[in-house]
Amino acid sequence: MTISIDPQKANNESLQPKGWLRYFSFSLDHKVIGIQYLVCGFLFYLIGGTLASAIRIELASPMSDFMPRDVYNQVLTLHGTIMIFLWIVPVVNGAFGNYLIPFYVGARDMAFPRLNAVAFWLIPPSGLMLVASYFVEGAAQAGWTAYPPLSITTPQSGQIIWIMSVLLLGGSSIFGGINFIATIIKLRRPGLKLMQLPMYCWAMLGTSLLVVLSTPVLAGTLILLSFDIIANTGFFNPVLGGNVVVYQHLFWFYSHPAVYIMVLPAFGLVSEILPVHARKPLFGYTTMVFSIMGIVVLGLVVWAHHMFTSGTPPWMRLFFTIATAFIAVPTGIKFFNWVATLWGGRISINSAMLFSCGFIINFVFGGITGVALAQVPFDIHVHDTYFVVAHFHYIVYGGTVFIIFSSIYHWFPKVTGKMLNEKLGILHFIITFIGFNLCFAPQHWLGLNGMPRRVAEYDPQFQFVNQISSLGALLMAISTIPFLINVFLSAKNGKNAGDNPWNALTPEWLTSSPPPVENWEGAAPLVEEPYGYGKKFVEQK
Amino acid sequence: MLNKKIYLILIISFVFAISFWIGFNVNLLPAEASINAPIYDELFKILFIIGLIIFIGMTIAVIYSLFKFRKRNDQIGDGIALEGNLSLEIVWTIIPSIIVLLIGLYSYNIYDRMGGMKELNHNHEMMSSNTEKIWAGISQNSDNEIKKNNLSIEVSAMQFAFLFNYPKGNFISGELHVPVDQKVSMKMESKDVIHAFWVPEFRIKQDIIPGQPTVLNFTPTKVGKYPIICAELCGPYHGGMRASIIVEEESDYKDWFNKNKKTEVNL
Repeated sequence: MTISIDPQKANNESLQPKGWLRYFSFSLDHKVIGIQYLVCGFLFYLIGGTLASAIRIELASPMSDFMPRDVYNQVLTLHGTIMIFLWIVPVVNGAFGNYLIPFYVGARDMAFPRLNAVAFWLIPPSGLMLVASYFVEGAAQAGWTAYPPLSITTPQSGQIIWIMSVLLLGGSSIFGGINFIATIIKLRRPGLKLMQLPMYCWAMLGTSLLVVLSTPVLAGTLILLSFDIIANTGFFNPVLGGNVVVYQHLFWFYSHPAVYIMVLPAFGLVSEILPVHARKPLFGYTTMVFSIMGIVVLGLVVWAHHMFTSGTPPWMRLFFTIATAFIAVPTGIKFFNWVATLWGGRISINSAMLFSCGFIINFVFGGITGVALAQVPFDIHVHDTYFVVAHFHYIVYGGTVFIIFSSIYHWFPKVTGKMLNEKLGILHFIITFIGFNLCFAPQHWLGLNGMPRRVAEYDPQFQFVNQISSLGALLMAISTIPFLINVFLSAKNGKNAGDNPWNALTPEWLTSSPPPVENWEGAAPLVEEPYGYGKKFVEQK
Repeated sequence: MLNKKIYLILIISFVFAISFWIGFNVNLLPAEASINAPIYDELFKILFIIGLIIFIGMTIAVIYSLFKFRKRNDQIGDGIALEGNLSLEIVWTIIPSIIVLLIGLYSYNIYDRMGGMKELNHNHEMMSSNTEKIWAGISQNSDNEIKKNNLSIEVSAMQFAFLFNYPKGNFISGELHVPVDQKVSMKMESKDVIHAFWVPEFRIKQDIIPGQPTVLNFTPTKVGKYPIICAELCGPYHGGMRASIIVEEESDYKDWFNKNKKTEVNL
């Protein structure tokens, strides 16, 4: 049983704006909503990136001299919150999920188009509210983790606005998750089997399960925290007999799966991109599916590895070590399979391919430091230091953000009908890759040698290495310029792409570029082999 | 075919050789100043070498594929239609599982040698009747080498300072003085928000939590002055919340202790 009313027909089409105006409307078209998510996320990425630059400027000198100390804490809190909740989660889930999932399952739209639009339109107001909280009494300054009692004792208005904003964004995420699960399970075109779905569908199914299972826990926790702040309750407030460590358990029960909410969709996207540009089937489809589900299950039982130096008894420390280290196995399987996908292919070295390969190299590095961090005795030394900062930026920037860029290079022709400029794209990749590694690789050493995270001032012996890191950050900021020039110039004057410039086999390429409102002129095609490269003769340009 | 195998073996030995060389010759860690530090560094070295082998191996595989299998201008058509290989999948499931399991068991062993699995207690004479619950922390291996008396210290942390209470001398110091080669046992509690006690040269860290006392045991092995760093965001001056630990010879420590101790009360 699928939906009974076609959303496009139920809605009076003439009332829907046409042209660029539709991106500012309450559009129900999954493609429009996908682009809304992407552009909105990118704008917040620019804000979060500006905040990151401010942090790196402050850390170019060992004294706290660029901004006041409390403002510095607000900046790092906003940077983390914006990058996670307004850039990475909405873009890898909302943007690409909305654009691609209906194509992949052979549907005309998502299962719940109105819920979909609501989910998107929760994001801009809550994001703006979060940024604007700086002008009230100062933004939240307890870090994106908002650990009590610090979050209870810092100025209330900023913290409460932060909580409200994260609750709304969490709600948006849950709406999206429900929608993806329903679409993938229920809206599949007749004849399309689950094990024929493109890998991104599996990644989104796993991610959405995590979203639906864990985000409500965060919501509940933050509501209790807000009671502690405004109603003087004592759930977490130790002065009133509350337990601060309970908050950490509840918070990480969401926030560790949140890491998989940020990387699993990227795993799905790279599985779409590599076969197309390597002209080879995705290696080991079945094991890839099982490894996604393995990561989902394990991802729910590892949260306390964020608390090894906190109030966790020894036995608990040990259980979570083993569980965490074992996530490396399904993750490793995926990486071996991607390299095997490249092996023996006919690889086009283009921007999408380079960003994907950069992702593999960066993520393997971040994964290795992750296995090390899972070991209790190792973590006890480097927990809450720059080593951890370096580790998770290798995962979320070197991993997910590289894949977001790779995906933009890959799907831009589909969305606009125009090709992006390859020379600017490769320049973008080179500056990003060098800048990223220059910024974050030295931070491992800083953490090992005694620089804690979230500090505005540090031991002067670390100045030189911090300046190298800041130089890398400068390169990362510069790398956005060729990208933005490329997008604007190509959207206007780019080479015409045609319907299927990459000769790809997944269903979104079997329609015009940009696609019609109904996705296909006729019936949705049945794609039984989305990765059947080398099997059929694919006509070359 | 034979040639290919030889190349493969050569490349793998090269990756192993360079990883071991880097692992043994590049030191990324600060000085070792407690009995925990060399144990930690042993674990670090092993993880570093395994990590390097995997990272260098994967990077070579990716770059080699990009180069070797790049599309030449005269080529048309797709690559080989290879969809998977069950025995390969089994190999790269089982080998990483074994590696991860061995690392886990090894780090358990390391943690045990650091004293992590010992029962948590703060052995303070005055507190023998007090059955206060200790929530977490790092215990000390009851190594026979250290038979001398333990030094008990009570640590309280607040925004933005550490205070060290020496119950035997009935005084409070802002600087932590400890004698070398003697077990130190600290009970820590915070007066306001969460802080953390970290001495990088000792490779130990424990959060200091309001309402939940934690313990931290260590034995310094090297005379010197080391930083104590707060590692948990605790407010605007978090970056400035530092103190010093001064490890000195027993006689120097005694002098310092006698100079500071208050004589009137000595329970």
